[in-house]
This record gives sequence, structure tokens and C-alpha cells, in this order.
Amino acid sequence: MTALAHIGSTGAGAQTPGGPAPEPTKKGGITAYLLLLPGVLWLLVFFVAPMAQLAAVSLQSQFPGYPGYYYRDVNFGSYVTAMTEYLPQFGRSLLFAGAATLLAFVLAYPLAYAMAFKAGKWRGLMMICVIAPFFTSFILRTIAWRQILADEGPIVGALKWLHVMPSSGRITETGFAVVAGLTYNFLPFMVLPIYASLERADPKIIEAGGDLYANGLTTFRRVTLPMSMPGVLAGTLLTFIPAAGDYVNAELLGSDSTKMVGNVIESQFFKVLGGFPVAAALSFTLMAVILALVFVYVRRYGTEELL
Amino acid sequence: MTTGQKLRFWISERIVMIIAVAVLLYLFLPVAYTFAFSFNNYRKSNIAWNPEGSPTLKHWQDPCGVEGICESLGTSIRVGFIATLAATILGTMLAFALVRHKFKGRGAGNMLVFIPMATPEIVLGASLLTIFVQGFTRVGLKLGFWTIVLAHIMFCLSFVVVTVKARLQSLDPRLEEAAEDLYADPRSTFWRVTFPLVLPGIVSAALLSFSLSFDDFIITNFISGNESTFPKFVYVSYLRGIPAQANVIGFSMFVIAVLLVVVGQVIGSRRRSPSS
Repeated sequence: MTALAHIGSTGAGAQTPGGPAPEPTKKGGITAYLLLLPGVLWLLVFFVAPMAQLAAVSLQSQFPGYPGYYYRDVNFGSYVTAMTEYLPQFGRSLLFAGAATLLAFVLAYPLAYAMAFKAGKWRGLMMICVIAPFFTSFILRTIAWRQILADEGPIVGALKWLHVMPSSGRITETGFAVVAGLTYNFLPFMVLPIYASLERADPKIIEAGGDLYANGLTTFRRVTLPMSMPGVLAGTLLTFIPAAGDYVNAELLGSDSTKMVGNVIESQFFKVLGGFPVAAALSFTLMAVILALVFVYVRRYGTEELL
Repeated sequence: MTTGQKLRFWISERIVMIIAVAVLLYLFLPVAYTFAFSFNNYRKSNIAWNPEGSPTLKHWQDPCGVEGICESLGTSIRVGFIATLAATILGTMLAFALVRHKFKGRGAGNMLVFIPMATPEIVLGASLLTIFVQGFTRVGLKLGFWTIVLAHIMFCLSFVVVTVKARLQSLDPRLEEAAEDLYADPRSTFWRVTFPLVLPGIVSAALLSFSLSFDDFIITNFISGNESTFPKFVYVSYLRGIPAQANVIGFSMFVIAVLLVVVGQVIGSRRRSPSS
């Protein structure tokens, strides 16, 4: 996805020649509102109104004896069902997304670091390599993973041959496979912001840090990592949020015991008659939890200019 | 530096690159799988290799050979174009207003743009489904092509705003000041100085929109009714076995996109080099 290319270049381009971005100079007036009107209207009709409708649906009650028919109500019963019956899936979503974010960070950081400081003339090529796989539909790539990790596939075969894995062991249909799939799918969203913030950093400062602390690890911890924090922050959000709401990886790589909240929402909408209110309550809770986490996280570590 | 330190430094320098290359290979593994299985001469093409083992070119010669595959690809491309055009225009206008103008409610405007990006796709899909089914159908809008377009414009919009905003904020204000000093009126300052400078941001916003729209599955799956896009086609056909033609198309998109990126970079660097 060029999406990703862009996240990288946005960061890189954000350095203004004359210091921080200038504050808006023009007075408001009619032009501002005319420019705003169509976009804001669009977001009101296709984002705010649907959210309000979703909230209303989550509070609806069912006509007794008529499954699939609801009436307007203020009934929190769906939230109670959502939080009691589907708590494991909810927890799993946050856990899997957290694990995938952590793994993606561990994999992405060396890659971003190599691109920013070691790649030299290969930098452009490496950038293309990070983005390129994402033009092949993510559904296709996830299905490819399913086959690569399958019981009769090469990886399981090799692990069994090495006796690292018992002969009954498998990778697909485990939580590990789901986390691996999530990690894979959102890795570039971690790489590019970290790369952008490292690329903006002055390598001389890191050298100076090296002279000061001598120890590579200390230099990294005290100098390099703090300088790349805006990128790490953006990357973790761009990985965690879509991972927590994903259901494709759990569907294709997991089993019934690895279902995430996304799977529940999807099946309540499409496979359960009268499942709308519970699905809406789950969606709303998921969004509230994620927004709360994002705000706490950004407050704690972040800057405003982020996204 | 002592020899030991030098050695350690040498290794640590290489180790980062080695890990980086390994991670890149990991990223490419499923693409290679897709490429290989586009030559598979077997009914259930993605599950196992043909027992007779001979690769075939027939899927490349007839990529539309499976019912519905090219129709769904066509739908994806049409949705992508319309959504990109609309989202780019609306988003660029929003970005100009948010960066260049001071007005009441600017903070709220920024928030309204940010929150859709921080909302998981499944929640966007669910909310759109409820309003399409329970509200919009009363005015005659059925789930299908146009509901996909409306939804795609919405989720692309925020990404366009963020992209164009970043470009606008990084502009050197002195360039526009210079134009004004040379007695350009605001209109020609805008069209001859500001707009050309912002254009690369608008172009990458459009590319971003198209790729987001083209690859979207979760939202589309909620609000598409019987209409099929390419990702939806692949997902639905997964249960029966994915036709090898899907691999052909998937890999071709990869090649086309890489070529576009390379051409774009070459043009970009040519344009930049004489001026700097």
C-alpha cells in the first residue's frame, strides 16, 4: 500500500525549513467554512450519524416472540450480555493485539534502524521492499500464511524433523498463528513511522551519544530510542488499533478457541437472528476501550502533532 | 578503539542489516507463495501443489477464466477511482481549512478527522451497516456498489486530510510571502505558488486512498450486500478453494504497483535534481 509509503514520507517531510510549522495566518471568515462544509458534512452523515445509530441499536430491545424485530428502548441488557458472555473474546483481542504490537516493534525496529542509518544507497530499494508486499491483497497473503504454516507444510515439517515440535504439534488453529498473522499484516505500519522519526534524527547526535556512553546498549537506550519515540508511538497505535478489531486473521489462522471480539461482532450481525443489539454493544465497547487506551497512551508518552 | 571494540562494532553494524534483510524476506514470503501457486495446475489451487507437479501457464493466459473474478476486480477498480476522486477533493479542502484558517471549532474539526482513524474498521463497518439497513433503505438506497463507494469515501477522507496537512505544514511560508511581495494577487499566488507546492502531497494522498480502498475487506464485507469486490471474492472463494487466477491477479497488482512506485521515484528524483 502506498498508504505506508506515505506515512514514511509524511514524517520525513514534516521538517520545516524554518523551524516548527507556522500557525495559521488567515482569518477565518466565510472561506474557511466553505472549505470545511462538504468534508465535515460527509463525516457527520457517514461517521457521526452511523455511530449514533449504532449506539441506539445497542440499547434496543427485542419484540418478545419476534426474533429479528426490535423497538427503540434504553436497555443496557445487551451490554451486560456482551461483557459477560463474550469477555474471553474481548480479553483475547486486547491480548493478541498487544502481543502482535510488541512483536511487530521487535521486528520493525532493526529494519527501520538499518534503513535510516546503514542502508546508504539501498535505502530507496528497502523502502520499496517494505511497501511492495502490501499490494498483493491482504486476504491472499493471509491465506498463503495458512498454507505455509499448515500441518503438512514446510515449517511444521522442519520443526518436527528437528524435534523442536512434538509429532502431534501444529501451528495453525493456535493463538500463536493468529498473533503471527496479525504481526505480519501490520508490520509495515510499525516500520514506516519509526523509520520516519529515525531518519529525521541527526546521526551525529547518536555518534556523540556513543562517545559519551561508549556502550552500544546504553547509547541506544538513552539516545536513539528517545529520539524515535514519536515514531514508536505512531507505529504502536497504527498496529494495535487495527489488530484489536481484526477478525480475518482469527478466522483464517485460528480456531474456535482463538476467536476475537471481531469474530463475535461479525457473526452476531450476519449469522445470529436478533444479534444486532449485542453486536452493536460489543462494537461500541470495543471502540470506547480503544479510544480510552489511545488517549491515556498519547497523554503519557506522546506529542500532539502525531496523527 | 581497541581491536575488540572494533570487532564488536563491525559485528553490531552487520547484525542490524542481517536482521533487516531477514525481516524483509519474511515480508515477501507470502508474495512468493502467491507467485508460485499462480502456476499450479490443480483444482484447489492454493491448498496443495498438483501431484503430477508440472507447472502451467494457463492461468496467466486466462486470468478471467473463473466466474466472477474479473467482475469483482472491475468493481474494486471502479469503487477505488470514485472514492479516491471524492475523498481527495473533500480532504484537500478540509486540510486547507484546518491548516490555513483560524476559526471557531478548529480543535473540534481536527478531532472529527482523527477519530475515524482511531476507530477499528469493524466498528465503522458495523455502524454503517446499521444506518444503511435501518435508515437509508427507506430512501431507496440498497446495499451494493454505492454503499461501498459512500463508505470508502468516508474512511479515505481522514487519511487524505492527514497527508495533505503534513505537506501544507512543511511548506516554507517565505515562498508565498515572496509571491505577495512581487504583487501577485491572492488568486495567482494560490494557483501558481501554493497549489503546485502542495500537489505532491495531494498525489500521494490520492494513491493512499486508492490503495486503502482497493484492499479494504472488513468494512466492505459489512455493507456490500451481493456486490463483490476483489478481496471479498478471494475471501468467499477460500472455502471452496481459491482459483489460481486469484494468485495471478494478486501478483500482477504487486508488479504493477512496484513499477508505478519505481517510475514515480525516478520522475521525482529527476525533477528534484536540477533545482537543488
